[in-house]
Amino acid sequence: MKLTILVLEGPYNHQSPDSAYQFIQSALKKGHEITGVFFYNDGVNNLTSLMEPPQDDRHIAKRWEELGAQNIDLVVCIAAGKRRGLNDDILIPNARISGLGQLASMIQKSDRIVTFGD
Amino acid sequence: MAEEHKLMLIIRKAPHGSIYVHEAIEVMFIMATFDMKLSIVFLDDGVFALKPGQDTSELGIKGFSASLGALAFWDVTDVYVDEQSLKDRNICTDEVISYGEDEDTDEKLFPTPLSTDELKKMMQDQDSVLSF
Repeated sequence: MKLTILVLEGPYNHQSPDSAYQFIQSALKKGHEITGVFFYNDGVNNLTSLMEPPQDDRHIAKRWEELGAQNIDLVVCIAAGKRRGLNDDILIPNARISGLGQLASMIQKSDRIVTFGD
Repeated sequence: MAEEHKLMLIIRKAPHGSIYVHEAIEVMFIMATFDMKLSIVFLDDGVFALKPGQDTSELGIKGFSASLGALAFWDVTDVYVDEQSLKDRNICTDEVISYGEDEDTDEKLFPTPLSTDELKKMMQDQDSVLSF
C-alpha cells in the first residue's frame, strides 16, 4: 500500500513524531511504500539541525535524517516552517522545504494518508 | 481517466487557543486549487469556528472568519457541519457563518448540517481524510 504520513506535532513535546517514525519503520518492514512524509504545524520543528538532545536520549532529527537517506521523501511546509523560524540553512540533510501543494500531490498518489497529531 | 480523488478535511478543534484551525484553513485553500473532490466538515469543538461575530483583535491575532467567508469564491462548496456537535454546544443550525455566495444567484451559502450517520457514510466514501 502507498502511504502518505503527516506529522503535526513537535519533537520531544509530543508522542506524535515518535509514533510516526515507528509506524514508518513497521510499514516499510511489511513491504508498504511511503510516498512521502509531510511536516506541518509544530511538526516542522522535527527537522532542524540545531537539535541537540541529551546523549542518553533518542535523537529525533537524526532519525529523520537517516530515514531520508533511505530515499524517503521528507517535506516541510514552507509557510509553517517560516512561521517557526525554519529555513534551508538549518534544515537537516535529506529533507526539503516546499509548499502544501506537495502534500496534495502526495495524497493523490497514495492509497492512505496517516496523520500523527494531537 | 481515473476518478477524481475524494478528500475530506475535518476541523475538530476550537479556534484561536491554538493554531490548528488557522493552519487547517490554509490547507483548505491549497487543496481547493488541486483537481480533487474536496469536502469540508466541522466536527466536535471545530463547530466553534462557525460562530458569527468573532473578533480576535484584542487577542492580537489575525483571525480567519474572513477566509472562511470566502470559501465559495474558491469553489469550495461542499461544506458540512455535524448536527450533534452543534447541539452538544447549544449552537443552532442557523447560528453559523456563511462560507460565501452562490455564483449564479448571489444567495448566501451556509454549511449543510449532517447527522452522525450521514457523516459516517460520507467518510466511508472518501479516498483520503485529513483531520485537524
